[in-house]
Amino acid sequence: MPKGVLVDVSRCIGCRSCQVACKSWNDLPATPTGFNNSWDNPPNLTATNWTRVGYHLIEKEGQLKWRFVKTQCMHCNEPACESACFTHSFVKTEEGAVIYKPTVLDQDYCVGCRYCMIACPFSIPKFEWDKAFPFVRKCKFCYDRMKEGDKPACVTTCPTNALQFGDREEILAEAHKRLDSNPNYIKQVYGEKEYGGTSWMYISDVPFEDLGFKTNVSEKSIPSYTWNILKWTPWIFVGWGAILTALYTYNKRRAEVHHEEEMYAPVQDEE
Amino acid sequence: MNYKIWRFGKWQFRLTSTRYVLMALVAIMVVAAVFRFVLGLGAVTNLSDEWPWGLWIGFDLLCGIALAGGGFSTALIVHVLHKEKYAPIARAALVTSMLGYIIALVSLLFDVGRWHNCWRPFFFWGYHSVLFEVFWCIALYTLVQVLEFGDIFFERVKSRPLKGILEKAMPFLLIFGIILPTLHQSSLGSLFVVAVDKLNPLWWSMIIPFFFVWSAFFLGPAMVTFEGSLAARAYGRQPETEVYQSLVKVTMWMMIAYLIVKIIDLNYRGVFSLAFNGSFESNMFLLEMIGGIIIPIIMYAIPSIRKTQAGVAAASFLVVAGVVFNRINVNFTGMAKAVGGSYFPSILEWLITLGFWSLLVLAYCFIAENLAILPKEEHAGAKKSIAG
Repeated sequence: MPKGVLVDVSRCIGCRSCQVACKSWNDLPATPTGFNNSWDNPPNLTATNWTRVGYHLIEKEGQLKWRFVKTQCMHCNEPACESACFTHSFVKTEEGAVIYKPTVLDQDYCVGCRYCMIACPFSIPKFEWDKAFPFVRKCKFCYDRMKEGDKPACVTTCPTNALQFGDREEILAEAHKRLDSNPNYIKQVYGEKEYGGTSWMYISDVPFEDLGFKTNVSEKSIPSYTWNILKWTPWIFVGWGAILTALYTYNKRRAEVHHEEEMYAPVQDEE
Repeated sequence: MNYKIWRFGKWQFRLTSTRYVLMALVAIMVVAAVFRFVLGLGAVTNLSDEWPWGLWIGFDLLCGIALAGGGFSTALIVHVLHKEKYAPIARAALVTSMLGYIIALVSLLFDVGRWHNCWRPFFFWGYHSVLFEVFWCIALYTLVQVLEFGDIFFERVKSRPLKGILEKAMPFLLIFGIILPTLHQSSLGSLFVVAVDKLNPLWWSMIIPFFFVWSAFFLGPAMVTFEGSLAARAYGRQPETEVYQSLVKVTMWMMIAYLIVKIIDLNYRGVFSLAFNGSFESNMFLLEMIGGIIIPIIMYAIPSIRKTQAGVAAASFLVVAGVVFNRINVNFTGMAKAVGGSYFPSILEWLITLGFWSLLVLAYCFIAENLAILPKEEHAGAKKSIAG
């Protein structure tokens, strides 16, 4: 049963304990705090920052409001990164996590080509630039905890129930229940249909575009775009091959014999 | 002769001052390569999480492979359509193309983080990835070209049995040598289909594979003209202007078709007006279309320009630059807004790229001077070369 997490933006207080929980469960080194142009800390997702709370100051009905949005891998139902991986190192597990194939050996299929980083519509996968043999790193949906029947570390630690973990279908039903029962919510579950649906879904009381979400995106999954082109490959191979063979044989019969060896010569200096 | 000649057995290599410079660049590249492999990508390149693909992919791979398109278009025209009058340039096109592919594969090896895993895609099939198709086709096609080249090599290094085998295999090699590049030239475009909400709609299209393969094909004759003119100049030979001016008509007609399809595609997707909104992207797009497509079409269409060596070479240079510009626009200009941050290649990235291309020029010269690549000179003036 694929799992999911519902992020209720209206409940998040921006405490960043999810960031801390993620770091400690996954043994990730801290990022030294520096000056940057926003309240976000750390400012970006990196190979060692797998989740991050974004701070948004919103003006709504003449009032200023803070809203906080946790970002991490969305764990797409049909992940672009998986489809882009030419050794199929990334997989979508039945539990819904998008991770390197979950054995030490299979993780090592990764060639480090970074096409997954180009492919991801949310620009989530990050690279270990400082290593000689780098891997691509991102949120693993705490697959190791999930295997033990546990919730992801960030969900466990969330003090306001802004994060809710469960089967994706149940989580989605819960999201719609909240939208229906409270008129303050924007009538959209972000992640229900975006790019074919994602495991992590968001509901909010301010418009998603004000919170830095990519809105009005395709409801078709990205792999389906690619596959619409790739599926023609065998036909082009056979068809074009047949045309070329026919042309080659036909023209060969007509062509006069010529002696290639006499046509060309090296550009040489006399000894 | 104002240069020394390095001889070993029956082989020779001219040592001109330009070539000393190129060799120095190759030596620097080797040192830079040590840094890259010991310290990793982050220490040597300016690549980042925003810009995971940089100079080596955007230029060396995308442009290198496109520029090597001369190999497959010439193979199709000369060996399959049997337009014998173009045969004089066929071998030079094959050699440049083969060298281009080898360079592209090597730069790919430099660019991937876990390069010791580069053989994995042969055994672990991510067949739903466009990159998988690109990888297989480029690897196989490089092999095909090396075998085709082997046929020329064994004219000089006598080996009857090997030459015999290669001659028998030649029809298959020729046909595979056209199918494979058709597939991966288009797939190099399909690579960017995945970036549906990232790549600017002026370049993103479901038919971007068509644009890539079509432009790689029409680039072929222009590239052959351009490099043939350079080689003729370097070796003090008569350029094959007659062949060029006729061959580039293929390019001209294909570019007209390209332009029409491009306009239809932009209109169909309702983004035609984006080309004229004055943004950075729109200006780069217009520059690409006017400088790289429309002006060369006009130059090719006017016989008094096309039939002169300077005219045909200049127009062909524009075509080459236009396709390079297109690949750069797809990989950099069109992505910039969506991914944020900024990227400019580091000095070491430049040095490694420069080293690769210097190596390509040196290898071409060595091959042209020792194997039968260029057409035999009919007049006796061939010896007064000024050499590049």
